[in-house]
Amino acid sequence: MSKGKSTVRDTVILFATLMLFWLMLSGKLDTDVLIVGAVASLIIALLYRDGLSFFTEFRFTPQAFVAGFRYYGYFLRELFKSNLKMAAIVLSPSLPITPGIVKVRTRLKSRMGRLMLANSITLTPGTLTVEMAGEWLYIHCVTVGATDIEAATAEIVSGFESYLEVMYG
Amino acid sequence: MGLLIDIIGGLLLVGGAAFLLFGSLGLLRMPDVFNRIQAGTKTTTLGTLLTLAGAACLQPAWGWKLLLIGVFLIFTNPVSAQVLANTAHRRGAQKTPLTKIDRLAEDREGKA
Repeated sequence: MSKGKSTVRDTVILFATLMLFWLMLSGKLDTDVLIVGAVASLIIALLYRDGLSFFTEFRFTPQAFVAGFRYYGYFLRELFKSNLKMAAIVLSPSLPITPGIVKVRTRLKSRMGRLMLANSITLTPGTLTVEMAGEWLYIHCVTVGATDIEAATAEIVSGFESYLEVMYG
Repeated sequence: MGLLIDIIGGLLLVGGAAFLLFGSLGLLRMPDVFNRIQAGTKTTTLGTLLTLAGAACLQPAWGWKLLLIGVFLIFTNPVSAQVLANTAHRRGAQKTPLTKIDRLAEDREGKA
C-alpha cells in the first residue's frame, strides 16, 4: 500500500475507531457527548495519522471479516492452551523447561499484520517475540522444539499467519 | 436465571484469580528474565480477561466498558512484554544455563 495515497483513508479509519471507543466508554448519545468525542477524535486522528489502529491496513472484504472472527476464536483457544501449559510447568516440581531463542520468517507485509502476529505469538503457548527485523522474528521459547528456520516457522507462525494474511496482507 | 449467571460470574472470577496465582508462582520459580516474562504475560492476560468476564456476568451494565478494557489488554500486554524482553536481550541479561540456543545473539554477533 503506497504511503501518500492511503493517508486520508487511514485518518478516517482512525477517527471512526476512536469515536467508537468513545461511544462505548461513555455509553450515551447526547449531543454534547458526541461533539466532545468528535473533536477529540479528530485532533488525535490528525496528530497520529501515521499511527496504527485496529483497522489500519485492514482489508474491508467479507473474507477479511470472516477471517477476523476465526482469528479471534483461534487466538482465545491458543491463549487458554498456553495458560494451561504454563500452569503445568510452573506447578511441576522439576520445572521442565528447555528455553532458547529461535528465528522464524513471516510472509506478512503490512505493519499491522506483523504487529498482530508478534502479539499473537507472545500470548500463545510458550513463545515470546523478542525482536523483529523485517520479515524475521526472533522468538523466545520456554520449550524449544525445532531450531531450523523452516520447521520453527511452521510450528510457531503458520497458524496465525493464514488468518492474518486474509485480514491485513 | 439470575442466580445461574451469578454463579457463572463467580466461577469466572475464581478461575481468573487462579491463573493470576499461577503467574505469580511462575515469576518466582522461573530461572531467568525471559522465562519470567513468559510466565507473567500469558497468565496475567487470561487471568484478567476471565476476571473481566466474571465482572461482566455480575454487572451486565458494565459489559461494553469491560469488553473495551479486555481489547486494550490484549493489545498492550504483549507489546510491553516484547519491549521488556528486547531491552533485556540488548543489555545482555543473564540467560539460564538451561538455554539451548540463541539465534538472536548469533545474528547480532555476526553483524557486529
